[in-house]
Amino acid sequence: MESLYAVTTGSMSACGLFLILRGRTFPVVVGLTLLSYAVNLFLFSMGGLTTDGAAILDGFANYADPLPQALVLTAIVIGFAMTAFVVILAMRARGDMGNDHVDGRQLDDGREERR
Amino acid sequence: MTLPWIPLLTLLGVLVPLLTERFGRCACTMATAIPVAVALLLTLWQIPPLQAGELPQFALPWIPSLGLELAFRIDGLSLLFALLILGIGLLIILYASFYLSAEEATGRFYAYLMLFMTAMVGIAMADNLLLLWLFWELTSLSSFLLIGFWSHWTDARKGARMALTVTGAGGLALLAGFLLLGDIVGSFDLATVLASSDTIVNDDRYPIMLVLVLLGAFTKSAQFPFHFWLPHAMAAPTPVSAYLHSATMVKAGIFLMARLHPAIGDSMLWTWLVTLTGMATFLYGAWFALLKTDLKAILAFSTVSHLGLITTLLGIGSPMAILAALFHIMNHAAFKGALFMSAGIVDHETGTRELERLGGLRRLMPLTALLTTIAAAAMAGIPLLNGFLSKEMFFAETLDAPLLGGLSWLLPAMATLGGVLSVAYSLRLVYAVFFKTAKHQPPKTPHEPPRMMHAPIMLLVAICIAVGMFPALLATGMLQLASHAVLQEALEFHLAIWHGFNLPLLMSAVAIVAGIVTYVMHRHVRRFARQFASVDARLVFEGMIQSLATAAHVVTRRLENGSLQRYMSWLLGTALLLATLGLLELPELAGNLETQPVDGVLLLGAALMIFGAAGTAVTHRYRLISLLMLSVVGLVVSLTFARFSAPDLALTQLSVEVVTMILLMLALFFLPQKTPRESSARRTIRDLLLAGSLGMVIASLNYAVLTRDISSISDFFIDNSVPGGGGHNVVNVILVDFRGFDTLGEITVLALAGLAIYKLLNRLRLFMPHSDGEGRVWSPDRHPMILTSVSQTLLPLALLVSAFIFLRGHNMPGGGFIAGLISAVALILVYMARGVEWTQSRLDFQYQPVAIGGVAVATLTGLGSLLFGHPFLTSAFGHFHIPMLGDVELATAMLFDLGVYLAVVGATLMILANLGKLTTPHRPRKDAPADDTKETPLSNKEIH
Repeated sequence: MESLYAVTTGSMSACGLFLILRGRTFPVVVGLTLLSYAVNLFLFSMGGLTTDGAAILDGFANYADPLPQALVLTAIVIGFAMTAFVVILAMRARGDMGNDHVDGRQLDDGREERR
Repeated sequence: MTLPWIPLLTLLGVLVPLLTERFGRCACTMATAIPVAVALLLTLWQIPPLQAGELPQFALPWIPSLGLELAFRIDGLSLLFALLILGIGLLIILYASFYLSAEEATGRFYAYLMLFMTAMVGIAMADNLLLLWLFWELTSLSSFLLIGFWSHWTDARKGARMALTVTGAGGLALLAGFLLLGDIVGSFDLATVLASSDTIVNDDRYPIMLVLVLLGAFTKSAQFPFHFWLPHAMAAPTPVSAYLHSATMVKAGIFLMARLHPAIGDSMLWTWLVTLTGMATFLYGAWFALLKTDLKAILAFSTVSHLGLITTLLGIGSPMAILAALFHIMNHAAFKGALFMSAGIVDHETGTRELERLGGLRRLMPLTALLTTIAAAAMAGIPLLNGFLSKEMFFAETLDAPLLGGLSWLLPAMATLGGVLSVAYSLRLVYAVFFKTAKHQPPKTPHEPPRMMHAPIMLLVAICIAVGMFPALLATGMLQLASHAVLQEALEFHLAIWHGFNLPLLMSAVAIVAGIVTYVMHRHVRRFARQFASVDARLVFEGMIQSLATAAHVVTRRLENGSLQRYMSWLLGTALLLATLGLLELPELAGNLETQPVDGVLLLGAALMIFGAAGTAVTHRYRLISLLMLSVVGLVVSLTFARFSAPDLALTQLSVEVVTMILLMLALFFLPQKTPRESSARRTIRDLLLAGSLGMVIASLNYAVLTRDISSISDFFIDNSVPGGGGHNVVNVILVDFRGFDTLGEITVLALAGLAIYKLLNRLRLFMPHSDGEGRVWSPDRHPMILTSVSQTLLPLALLVSAFIFLRGHNMPGGGFIAGLISAVALILVYMARGVEWTQSRLDFQYQPVAIGGVAVATLTGLGSLLFGHPFLTSAFGHFHIPMLGDVELATAMLFDLGVYLAVVGATLMILANLGKLTTPHRPRKDAPADDTKETPLSNKEIH
């Protein structure tokens, strides 16, 4: 199960990173979101993978590690705020520049520059 | 306690000229002179205790962890330099008052000068190496300002830049040297360093440290081959040249060598390096002083030469050599200061400094001629003047130098040669300016300057004569103190003009006679020298700077070309490299934990996630499809959290997922629906490789962690959650109690992001598509019936659920974050079903105050605990009996959670509702005229 989990995290990160390297804003935003999923999963797993052990204290032992959960919970919310900010920034850039390239330059659409 | 006042007074003196400038030049000069004079008196005040054998010190801790102390001392060496700096500084202030023309900014000039004076005094008095270095850099900076004072003049700017570059670079080397020195000794305290000569010299790092420190000293004191900045610094106003480039700043390197001589000077490496550098500088400077035709250039090169002389003496390092060096420092300051000021008068009166255009000024300016002649004679080493005494001591020391073995006669020979040259250039200087008949008329008809302009020169020349006549009487006391500080022991010596017929006297005589002959022949010498192509140091320097700048530019262009993609690839590449290196250090990937079995559901979930992620990446050019793929991943992530015992996370992820998707859909409405195909195959391959390898590294890391047993601090939270926080849901207790401060920070960020987005949307000009990516016109049906009725029915239910989730949060999965998100989703659903106008008219309030109010509630809850004498954000809880409800547990953490709830609802709706508003006025309407549906740039000024 651990290897499966790790492979999933790795593939998600790879896909997210690939999108982050694209040249247009929207795929980059999508990539960031995907990467943040992967990162959250990664961080979450730092406490180990526990089945049926939610940290609701009811007298049983073997609770899942609550600390990564608490950290990831806020990370999810902050991640949303940041995604929102970036996507609005992207819209603003499109509005001001007339294109949605990540470099924020006034470029002709469809022209490939060596970058 | 008078000690710190000396640098403090000069520092305060920086303000004086700026404040008094408007009262006229005379008042400004007087006012500026006062703090200097007081500081000078305070310095003299230190003499009696010094003579009694005390060492006045003052220390105040500054950054103790770095070993930096605000520590000052005055020993004999500091005294000598402080007197030079303050005394000549006072004369320069007086002189500059007449030198600067009426329209020049006197206040600014004096302020720079005082800043420089502070820095110099600081160097002289610093009792801590790091402090000394600070002042050292301050001299570089303030001298930059002074050299470039006439900033409208290219030469001044270039000269200032060159001086700053060379001395600044030397300063950095010096810092490195000091850090090494401090490391070797274990302290930056001067007394400790001076007492640890054995430790230092026997350390392995000694040669490196010595070279670094000497680099600092040599660049500052214009030693060959770093001398070239000094002649170019002559672009400064003459008072500056007189002050910085003869009397004080260039002596800072000399001072440093003298200061550290007891600690680092006791080695053959020192003797060789310093002596030979000094001798080379002595000869080089003297030779070029003979060849130059610009009055100040001659003086500049002669200064270089004399600095070389002093350096040579410090290199030889015997007690008498040190004494001679200290003596020559004083003498040189006197006669060179006088010469520079005279040169300033000549320049001022005739409008030129070219020897070719000068001549015969003896008749027009007799007093200046007399003073200059005496000072130049002192420089040449004519008997009965002070220069003669120290120069003869120099000759004597070169005879005894423990250097060059069988070729040890070379040193006195070179010294004599240098003496010959200095007699020649001194003679030429005086003769060409004052005595020979002028070939050309100078630009202005000269006459004697104001009497007060002569006063400083007269004083200095008087010192030259007096010391030259009565050395034992006038110089012994000072030299005893200074040499005691450098040698760390009292030295018995007797200064006298006449030592009998001996070798040094012969050398002096040879120098004078041969010097006169050289001057008579100097036309031939100059013709001979003209055969060599002259190298302009400035061109070489500027060329080097240019090529350095070009190289830096090329590197910068490669690293920073304005392309985010380039930056990202560098960033990811670096991360890949570092993480790979970390992984390589692991003995093996798998740890020692038992792995858990895989079941079908897990396999399906993993497959879905990988499929979704890959799909998102593959279809990224079709943005809507990509987005839908992403939502699949998000949903399965939420299920994953649920599967692995994190119900709070699952709920949060689920609700955030909904909000994110709505947000991205909305944003996509305004953005192009497709991404153009523009990445080259090479780039795609590169990105795939980079992302793929990083993915593999992340997977390996994750696997390595998962299979290892990690001790966690979480047991503390589990144990204390109920007794300390009064809640059974540990995750929620951590959020609102144990780590409440973090949460407070996070909701603040959330609210800030909401506000920032609100501002970004303001006056945003957007292109509104009137159809989707496939060209289908948007549906005219604005508010579908089913959605409308369902959303309205759902709203109260959803709000009830969120209240329930909120209330039970402390003990069961839930809490402010999740409840807030659920409420937000329910409200957004209404917005979507009914449109912004309809909803806004019924929900008649702004979201900004809600978000800010949430943060305020959370903060106030935290502050409340201060009222009860507990630290910020301490929570309290108790059990209360409430009629109808029974026994209820209430905690202040609940109040904090309420703040979280409000912040989340406020921020989320602030983002989405404001973005949603952009779409509303421009939807195609059934009843609207056709042109409304056109693609038009719109601004949303109406959003408040």
